[in-house]
Amino acid sequence: MSIEWYVVLSSLLFATGAMGILLRRSPVVILLCLELMLNAGNLALVAFSRMVGNQQGQIFALVVMVIAACEVVVGLGLIVAIFRRKLPLDIDELRELRG
Amino acid sequence: MEAVLFFIAAIGALGGALAVIALRNPFYSVLALIIHLFSLAVLFLLLTAAFVAAAQVVVYAGAVMVLYVFVVAYVGGGTESAWEPIPGQRLLAPLLGVALFVELAVAVLSSSLLALGHDGPHVNPGFGDPAAIGYLLLERFLVPFEASSMLLMLAAVGAIVLASRNREKETAP
Repeated sequence: MSIEWYVVLSSLLFATGAMGILLRRSPVVILLCLELMLNAGNLALVAFSRMVGNQQGQIFALVVMVIAACEVVVGLGLIVAIFRRKLPLDIDELRELRG
Repeated sequence: MEAVLFFIAAIGALGGALAVIALRNPFYSVLALIIHLFSLAVLFLLLTAAFVAAAQVVVYAGAVMVLYVFVVAYVGGGTESAWEPIPGQRLLAPLLGVALFVELAVAVLSSSLLALGHDGPHVNPGFGDPAAIGYLLLERFLVPFEASSMLLMLAAVGAIVLASRNREKETAP
């Protein structure tokens, strides 16, 4: 398979994730869609690292994985905090910063 | 053989991604994301990135998804309301998604990178295996490695502070 296929698949997955973020209103699903976008970026990074023939792109993908884990931890902590305060879990209702 | 595996994994990844955004129940969305992540791991293996594929399965499908399942079970997988605050959001969002894909695809296919059309150069058997990646991480990229571990620790501390019970009592209205 040529590298093109992988990169086009990765852009398709990225667009799917972006569409999900625009469509959905639940914060949990928006975090899931962010994961989709980060993973699409990872796929492109690994594909380009294969294209060039060195492994540094894979290191980059691992760092992106760490960033995704951090984002999940903070995001889920926020969701739990929102839920504890009995606020609605809907991003359209949560548009004010003031608690 | 490689092409067959690629198409199976690509269909799995794309189907999982579409299921994540289409399913109403967040719990099923999380399960669909697990399918997506496994298919991506297969694609990483096809790109001779064995360590990244293993990390994908262990870290994502193992740890992060368990965290998601716990939070969805805690918060409760309520279905979303059908209220549309922006008129035509249902219509505009897929349109913008398709536009983004077309733009990215045009950018990829019209680029002057000749190597994009090939399979990539021939690589040694050890390409992307744990030994090679570990050597790179601990020798050449030691500073980014340590910085990312520091970032992970900060994120964990931040999550504990955000979700702790005591703080809620002090600031409860």
